[in-house]
Amino acid sequence: MKDIRERLARGDVMLGDGAWGTLLMAKGLPAGEPPEMFTLDRPAVIEEIAGLYLEAGAELITTNTFGASPLKLSSFGLADRTEDINTLAVAAVRRAVGDKAYVSASVGPTGRLLLPFGDTDPAEMAAAFARQAAALAAAGVDLFCVETMTDLNEATLAVSAIRAAAPRVPIMATMTFEQTRRGFYTVMGVSISAAAKGLHSAGADIVGSNCGFGLDTMIEIARQFKQHAAVPVAIQANAGIPVTRHGETVYPETPDDVVSKLPELLATGVQIIGGCCGTTPEHIRALRALIPLRH
Amino acid sequence: MDLLAQIAEQLELGDDERVHDLTRQAIDAGTPPADILNKGLIAGMNVVGEKFRVREIFLPDVLLAAKAMYAGMDLVKPLLLKENIPTSGTVVIGSVRGDLHDIGKNLVGIMLKGAGFEVIDLGADVHAERFVDAAVAQRASIIGMSALLTTTMAVMKEVVNLVDERGLRSSIKIMVGGAPVSAEFAREIGADAYAYDAASAVDRARTLVG
Repeated sequence: MKDIRERLARGDVMLGDGAWGTLLMAKGLPAGEPPEMFTLDRPAVIEEIAGLYLEAGAELITTNTFGASPLKLSSFGLADRTEDINTLAVAAVRRAVGDKAYVSASVGPTGRLLLPFGDTDPAEMAAAFARQAAALAAAGVDLFCVETMTDLNEATLAVSAIRAAAPRVPIMATMTFEQTRRGFYTVMGVSISAAAKGLHSAGADIVGSNCGFGLDTMIEIARQFKQHAAVPVAIQANAGIPVTRHGETVYPETPDDVVSKLPELLATGVQIIGGCCGTTPEHIRALRALIPLRH
Repeated sequence: MDLLAQIAEQLELGDDERVHDLTRQAIDAGTPPADILNKGLIAGMNVVGEKFRVREIFLPDVLLAAKAMYAGMDLVKPLLLKENIPTSGTVVIGSVRGDLHDIGKNLVGIMLKGAGFEVIDLGADVHAERFVDAAVAQRASIIGMSALLTTTMAVMKEVVNLVDERGLRSSIKIMVGGAPVSAEFAREIGADAYAYDAASAVDRARTLVG
């Protein structure tokens, strides 16, 4: 398969997958159990969901490793299973997609706060990302997806560790923002311009944002990333901001809503589009219908 | 600037060593511990909380201020206990059963302590019964619950029901928060308050005990 960076360099727009958490729960992930346990206990479900997104038209299929750094796994007493959890997660997606899609290794936050704000030593955090990255690299992934980050220091440690472990694999790094009176910032105070430059400096090949908002706001975030980024931009929006209907939480943006807003998103020049919380294979299918697939 | 104003100022600047030294000076000078707490430490944390609420500052500054708060509290708390100074009230907090997300909850705990509340943090993945049992055992006036997963929000209703069943509604108020939670959801389940973020949690808590 062509390197993603080559595809982006020739102007391709690539489609990622949507939410996994909701699908895992629908397939029986008990509330409270870390999703990474499903990789160990029910890998067939991982393959099935990867297959659903492949069939919906996603080119980048995410591995079930968002919380699979040893620091995060240690909250569940699973740090000693780091290598298994990461390796088997990659294998499950690869079995489902073969060479029909790119395997994108998800790397999420450790859940810890770095000194001096929290109690975690940067060296400890770097080592945790290095260990996760080594396992993912050895398992053979096509892309690393550092995501849902709010702290630029943590994101930088993750990207650097991955770059060291996998010198030739492209890295995508996205952060989650809030809307403030002075513009978009993460809760840790990182601006879009700081994110775009910082992530690139650390070694990211693709930068952008995931989570936090539906498409309308993400379109504005996309515009600002394009202003500040020297590399291609990725956007993974939620299916809107959750609302409560009859005691249930619902993500209101439908595949039709996505379809109506896609032209404006594409006009910003974003080159990787996917879905975050609340999105489904149907959202991806709707996007696929409007984004031509080039090989 | 008097010592208490200096304590507040240095707390806002997140200098834990200065706050520690100034608190020591204030104690040695005979300043009543309740004044050090309210006019020094809490006063400083209130300013921090308000600036964060409007995102004039961000989490790093809040966390540094919290560390400075703890530096002062380490010296003052034993004196307050000795003199039986009442706090603003006791709040039991936790992330509900099935939910392991805790950074938001931890921040609420920090801000509530900064506001002078006694905080009992039960951690994450807390069963409904444990919230209520702890609130009764600790004589808490508020139960604060957090959820980030939409599937775990139902536990909040269980806690409301339990408090009702045990006839505790007049003495224990229930506050909820978390990204998928809303004021509407809080009303539907019969909670007493909804807090959008940690700074709002302090405002709501004060109203509930006030």
